[in-house]
Amino acid sequence: MGKKKKEVDDRFKRFGTVSFTSITKVNDFIDYLDQGKVMGTRCKECGLAFFPPRADCHNCFSSDMEWFEVSGTGRLVTYSRLQFAPIGFGDDLPYAIALLDYGDYKVFGRIAGDVPEDQIQVGMEMTTRPNTLPNGQLNYVFHKA
Amino acid sequence: MGKVGIIGVGQSAFVRGYPGSIRELAFEGFKEAMEDAGIAAAEIDASIVCSAPEYDKQRSPAGVFAEYLGLIPQPTCYLESLCSSSSMGLRFAYSLVKSGLHDVVAVIGFQKMSEISSAESQERMGRGADIQWESPFGTMMPAYYAMYARGHMAKYGTTLEDLALIRVKAATYGQINEKAVYRKPVTFDMFSDPESPMSGPVASPLRVGDCCANADGSSCVIVANEEKAKALSRKPVWILGLGAASTSVNLAGRDLFSGLTVAQAAGEEAYKMAGVAPGDIDVAEVHDCFTIAEMMAYENLGFAKPGEGKELIKAKETYKEGSIPVNVDGGLLSKGHPIGATGGSQIRTIVLQLRGEAGEMQVKDPEIGLVHNIGGVGLYGNVSIFGR
Repeated sequence: MGKKKKEVDDRFKRFGTVSFTSITKVNDFIDYLDQGKVMGTRCKECGLAFFPPRADCHNCFSSDMEWFEVSGTGRLVTYSRLQFAPIGFGDDLPYAIALLDYGDYKVFGRIAGDVPEDQIQVGMEMTTRPNTLPNGQLNYVFHKA
Repeated sequence: MGKVGIIGVGQSAFVRGYPGSIRELAFEGFKEAMEDAGIAAAEIDASIVCSAPEYDKQRSPAGVFAEYLGLIPQPTCYLESLCSSSSMGLRFAYSLVKSGLHDVVAVIGFQKMSEISSAESQERMGRGADIQWESPFGTMMPAYYAMYARGHMAKYGTTLEDLALIRVKAATYGQINEKAVYRKPVTFDMFSDPESPMSGPVASPLRVGDCCANADGSSCVIVANEEKAKALSRKPVWILGLGAASTSVNLAGRDLFSGLTVAQAAGEEAYKMAGVAPGDIDVAEVHDCFTIAEMMAYENLGFAKPGEGKELIKAKETYKEGSIPVNVDGGLLSKGHPIGATGGSQIRTIVLQLRGEAGEMQVKDPEIGLVHNIGGVGLYGNVSIFGR
């Protein structure tokens, strides 16, 4: 009869090629990715929308949040295509990191690997979709709208 | 309370693969500053040690340095704001002296980046951004600044050729700065020559030539109250204005991608405190970790209107003989960027300029100088203004 091990909710370790965080109050983000949804949080008190999702609102100090889905299209604000990568990301090369503007919030992520570089234009409309990486980890990527 | 002055400045040579430990590296910048000030270690009332963490095995380097530099039993502590650590150190030293708590404070900046590989270093620096939501995508400093370069190009029509001109200027002065790590000439044509390392891709649109190099180095700035400064120094340089700001670490929380809001805010605060305008600055050191960073600095500091920074460099106005000389010591692009030592090195350059002791790099008779030092990807900004 050993002491029962306390269960640790470390779902967030599945986020990205290499995750540097495993425990967070917004771990449900990972379950939503599994279900094919990219989700942000909105404060139920003041209505502020957050992406990336937050557990706590800095505006009204409430921790009463609801999830909303990142849907529709965002405008490509800027991007960069990497020819070198930090340690742990070399197998993903080349890849492009980018920022989409959805109006109420922005989303930082990667452009899908199958979007040819000559078709990427600042200002173009793109969508955000969950993605499974070759190593089994999860992230989300931007596709042409 | 009177003025706060700088009575001594020093830096090590910035090098690749420093052949010594971090305390020995710190000794080099400290020794030069102490000899410059002409004082003994017992006259330093407190020290602030500045660097970006996680490059060294040594935790809490302040105590180790204080012992090695002969600064015990005086108080010491460690302070960091990534690449602007030693400018932030100056800000805290100023407040310690201005409050009357201490008379003389040493700000010691250092970084020994060669302890780890370049890929490991990129990983460390990438983790200076948002590790929960950005780093898992494989981010690194050149790519973040490249996103700003793309934003600037999209908004203002800035070109890679405009950015190359900034590197050519840096190399002009890097060649005559014996403390610089990169002392070879760089020509405009190298950027279009596929055989030249300058043209190699790193993170589009930035190329190797647009990026500064990692280096090992140390710096030291000795800060004193007015009474001590006048008694101890022949040519004290006064701190006229200090500004500092922060912003959202995640790019998703920002609105501007053609400039750095922290530089705008810190600049405005520093100009206001000093009672001067951008046109009053006679010589400036800006944080050119990448060519685009210097271009944005011209505009964020008010040397040029937004989008018109390229006209300054095209007209060579930021050369030594121009209307607003910038980085005439080679900047980070040529000197190298040992993170925690960089701000102190920039301050040293401006102090030497204002004292008329900058040798071959000397600008003609400057009275007011400015240092712009940025931490992370425009996460922290410090602007400091100095006068004779």
